[in-house]
Amino acid sequence: MDFSFLDQLWLARIPLLKGLGVSVSISLLSIVVGTVLGVFVGLALVYGLRPVKWIVRGYTDFIRGTPVLVLVLASYYVLSTIGIDLGPFQAGVLALAVFCSSHVGELVRGALQSIPKGQTEAAKAIGLTFAQTFAYVLGPQALRQALPAWVNTAAEMVKASTLLSIIGVSELLLRTQEVISRTFMSLEFYFFAGFLYFVINYGIERFGRYVERKTAVPS
Amino acid sequence: MFHETAASMTYSLNFAAVWRSFDLLLEGLALSLGLAFVAILIGCVIGLVTAFGLVSGRALLRKPAGLYVTVIRNTPILVLVLFSYFALPELGVRLGKIESFVATLAIYSGAYLAEVFRGGLIAIPPGQREAGLAIGLTEMQIRTSIIIPLMLRSVLPSLGSTMISLFKDTSLAAAIAVPELTFEARKINVETFRVIETWIVASCLYVATCSLLAALMRAAERRLAVPR
Amino acid sequence: MTNLLEIRDLHKRYGTVEVLKGVDCSMRQGEVISIIGSSGSGKTTMLRCINMLEEFQGGTIAIDGQEIGYETAGGARRRKPEREIARQRALTGMAFQQFNLFPHMTAAANVMLGLVKVKKMSRDEAMVLAEKWLDRVGLLSRKDHYPGQLSGGQQQRVAIARAIAMNPKLMLFDEVTSALDPELVNEVLQVIKGLAEDGMSMLIVTHEMRFAYEVSSRVIFMNQGRIGEEGDPREMFLKPKTERLAEFLKTSTFN
Repeated sequence: MDFSFLDQLWLARIPLLKGLGVSVSISLLSIVVGTVLGVFVGLALVYGLRPVKWIVRGYTDFIRGTPVLVLVLASYYVLSTIGIDLGPFQAGVLALAVFCSSHVGELVRGALQSIPKGQTEAAKAIGLTFAQTFAYVLGPQALRQALPAWVNTAAEMVKASTLLSIIGVSELLLRTQEVISRTFMSLEFYFFAGFLYFVINYGIERFGRYVERKTAVPS
Repeated sequence: MFHETAASMTYSLNFAAVWRSFDLLLEGLALSLGLAFVAILIGCVIGLVTAFGLVSGRALLRKPAGLYVTVIRNTPILVLVLFSYFALPELGVRLGKIESFVATLAIYSGAYLAEVFRGGLIAIPPGQREAGLAIGLTEMQIRTSIIIPLMLRSVLPSLGSTMISLFKDTSLAAAIAVPELTFEARKINVETFRVIETWIVASCLYVATCSLLAALMRAAERRLAVPR
Repeated sequence: MTNLLEIRDLHKRYGTVEVLKGVDCSMRQGEVISIIGSSGSGKTTMLRCINMLEEFQGGTIAIDGQEIGYETAGGARRRKPEREIARQRALTGMAFQQFNLFPHMTAAANVMLGLVKVKKMSRDEAMVLAEKWLDRVGLLSRKDHYPGQLSGGQQQRVAIARAIAMNPKLMLFDEVTSALDPELVNEVLQVIKGLAEDGMSMLIVTHEMRFAYEVSSRVIFMNQGRIGEEGDPREMFLKPKTERLAEFLKTSTFN
């Protein structure tokens, strides 16, 4: 049994590796796009004019109140209906990036707001402009604050990338299902896929702990 | 390509078809809530026991609890759902769709809730336990009368957001064809082709439910807040 | 007649650090003993051993002839079952430096908890006792207040009421005024004085030298895990026999 699983695993190595590559691409793309978007969302939530704040708050609340799977399905079906023909990969990445942006937005907002008012006042007092204050005082502190949680968000995105299998993106989980439909070894291959995800996420989690230690202000 | 673009020009919102199937969506939502309720309830018990394991001085309790939490938290829930439903029967564990999903979500919840509870437990000053011991309470009485009530109060905010995110995870049941809200929405989408309307309504139902749950948790927080 | 408290050759280690190096002490019914000494001398640890909040590795502690915490059977020393220890803890009452009131319960509920759960009283009986003791510490009007709504001094008085309501044979006070603002110290000391006048047996770890001088029938000076000197407060404070005690008293303030 074990031996034949290893045989099958060897036979399926190419599609599984390709799937793993797709999973990693989905995760990386959605994290990068989502983070860039999310930083703007966070800045808008803190420094935006009132109407901007309301709109962005509505956006994040709506996204955070909707399951990621619904975002993925909606993105996939809706975009093609309104003529934006993206294909499942792009539609899925877009949905995950949007999901990521609302989380990163909240992180950025929380980090900026956790900085005591005295910091801005002290910066003003030594004559820094707002841009300088942000660049030298607020930004670095917010970054320290948000970085560990951001690493966790990255792990969330890796886990969420599995949802794209449902709209037919050939990432690791869909490839695994295909292999299972051929070999009928569901126990072994699901376990194997789960193990791969675990290894990736555990690595990210450990990295997050490391970042947390590194970013802690010495005291 | 050209045709699709042309079609998009003429796509006009029409909610009539979705309203006709609104009952289905509501039934789906009811099932989503039911799945979440039962799974989280079981998850709370698992989480509580695990949390006491995580803060235990005995490695024999702490290590397995830590392993469980680490493994579950680092595995995608979709993999767990598919594994339970499609792979476990090979080991003779044959459950219906709903039972299989509830069991999976319960075990998944347990790990996240354990982390939440652990945070609350380590925040309780040791003097609380000692004061309980000093008046002659047993460890179990101290847990039920002092530690758990205090811990629950302090974790309510994070407990609320964890529960809401677990409720959203019930959408994963659609992957094994449990007729909850996401599954019904997808069905209506495919049957009526009212794509945009369907997903707007479905999302709004989720968002409204999440807001309601958040409001309930805030109310609970206010009610249980210790006066000072 | 057996002594109320009998400590024989008490040894306590944290890992390799020996905190109590053989303490002997006996106490009669109705005595008020203050334990003084610099921090790290082992005085708090000794108090916590009597209540089994700390395990100890050697020696015996007996209250009313009952051996506390451990039993020796066939030459082997074993920790008593948890239930038995819980029952024995109720023989003593303890007030802590940090009060340790249960923040989610009202003052009355704090006092009632042990009465209902340990003494198995009905809520009504427990309430009668809780009101009696809260009245005694001057806080009956605050019985429905939560700890967060009380001052430090009031919290400590509730904590004392909570301990005393259990009708302990011996009260243990662990630096009960150390966490208080100076202006709140006196109200707590007055409560303890009142209990002393009622004939309550008390063991008081304190930094308040004047209080120790006024209230105690005997003073124990702890030094490096041993009893350095003990005796009548007047004699000890005015004519310390050992260099150590003289040194300690010089650095202590009498206010």
